[in-house]
Amino acid sequence: MAKLRVGVVSPEREIWSGEADMVIAKTVDGEIGIMPRHTPMLGVLVEGGVLTVKRGGGEPDLVAAVHGGFLSVADDEVSILAEVAELGSEVDVARAKNALDRAQASVEANMEAADAAALKRARARLRAAGEEVG
Amino acid sequence: MGAQLRLLRRRIKSVKSTAKITRAQELIASSRIVKAQQRMQAAVPYEREITRAVSGVVSNTASADHPLTTAKEQPRRAAVLIVTSDRGFCGGFNANILREAEALGGLLRSRGIEPVPYVVGRKGITWHSFRGREMGGQWGGFSDNPSYGDAKEIADALIAAFSADDGIDEIHIVSTEFVSMLTQEVAVKRILPLAVVETAEKPETPLPYFEFEPTAAEVLDSLLPRYVESRIFSTLLQSAASEHAARRRAMKSATDNANELIRVFTMQMNQARQAEITQEISEIVGGANALADAAAGKE
Repeated sequence: MAKLRVGVVSPEREIWSGEADMVIAKTVDGEIGIMPRHTPMLGVLVEGGVLTVKRGGGEPDLVAAVHGGFLSVADDEVSILAEVAELGSEVDVARAKNALDRAQASVEANMEAADAAALKRARARLRAAGEEVG
Repeated sequence: MGAQLRLLRRRIKSVKSTAKITRAQELIASSRIVKAQQRMQAAVPYEREITRAVSGVVSNTASADHPLTTAKEQPRRAAVLIVTSDRGFCGGFNANILREAEALGGLLRSRGIEPVPYVVGRKGITWHSFRGREMGGQWGGFSDNPSYGDAKEIADALIAAFSADDGIDEIHIVSTEFVSMLTQEVAVKRILPLAVVETAEKPETPLPYFEFEPTAAEVLDSLLPRYVESRIFSTLLQSAASEHAARRRAMKSATDNANELIRVFTMQMNQARQAEITQEISEIVGGANALADAAAGKE
């Protein structure tokens, strides 16, 4: 079966690139799974989403927290343009939990959009690291 | 010790300490160029992908009528983003940019457009405030190591000014492009209204027909600001690399110059010292001769 060529890039660096069987991401319309021979598309990713790249062949899945950005698919090439992205394996769980607690506290204290975004981001980071988040 | 000798010694000492400083600056700059270049390289994939995405959308939607892509019929005010450095010690780096910015200002005025400077880098800011020019915006403190957040801040301000009703109708950038370690060129580009830059290599196949999620208009809405941000970010990175390269070159010639001065002064000092010794000897010999003559006369 054909494989997807996947690239995850942020403005500061290329985060990951390689081949995969399937890419799962969350656009503003909902979750979407991309497999080889998908029709060309461009989607807007949600703030604080989790991206899963199923690499197949016994390789572990790649999970990353993606905060905003785009997903573009053309000719079996998938590129994820993230404003900020973190690989699940690089997430510092203790720090992210800490950030989540702080964000939650400040969201409850004053309903500000910036805090809500921080909350979403912390959640996504934890999910990418494979932690259970309520 | 003669006065001239002392003077020369003092000058040599001072030039030597200057050379030490410039040499250190040169070494620092050369080590930072490499880092700045790596950051430039790291930003390339994102820029390439986003450019491809934007050209994909624009070529797919016949009615790409987005406020950011449509040119006003009668442009009246234009923002000029001038990217300078925070520190001096980099030769003509800032002077070149400011000269080019002035030229662009003159050109815009001749077309009946009022230029509004938006300045990055402390050198450019002081240049404008010293002349009492009003600036649309100013940012400083990150010219040698810009982050994406800085680029976003600048882009947000520019896009806000562009979208405002009686705001700005065009946005130009004057910055230094990093061509190679030895060549950096001042470049003037127009970024808004957007003319999507074609990548150097033409795509071998026509761009495929895209599906959009949620809709083409919404994708464009969120894609275009990101594209502008990415363009500004890459401009900042190139400018940072160019700044380090310019500084390295300026400091290298300053060090070379100082070493040449030290050589000349050392030679002069040795001459002066030798002259002094020769004079002393001839005085002693003269004195001894005079004594000998006097003694001979007595006999």
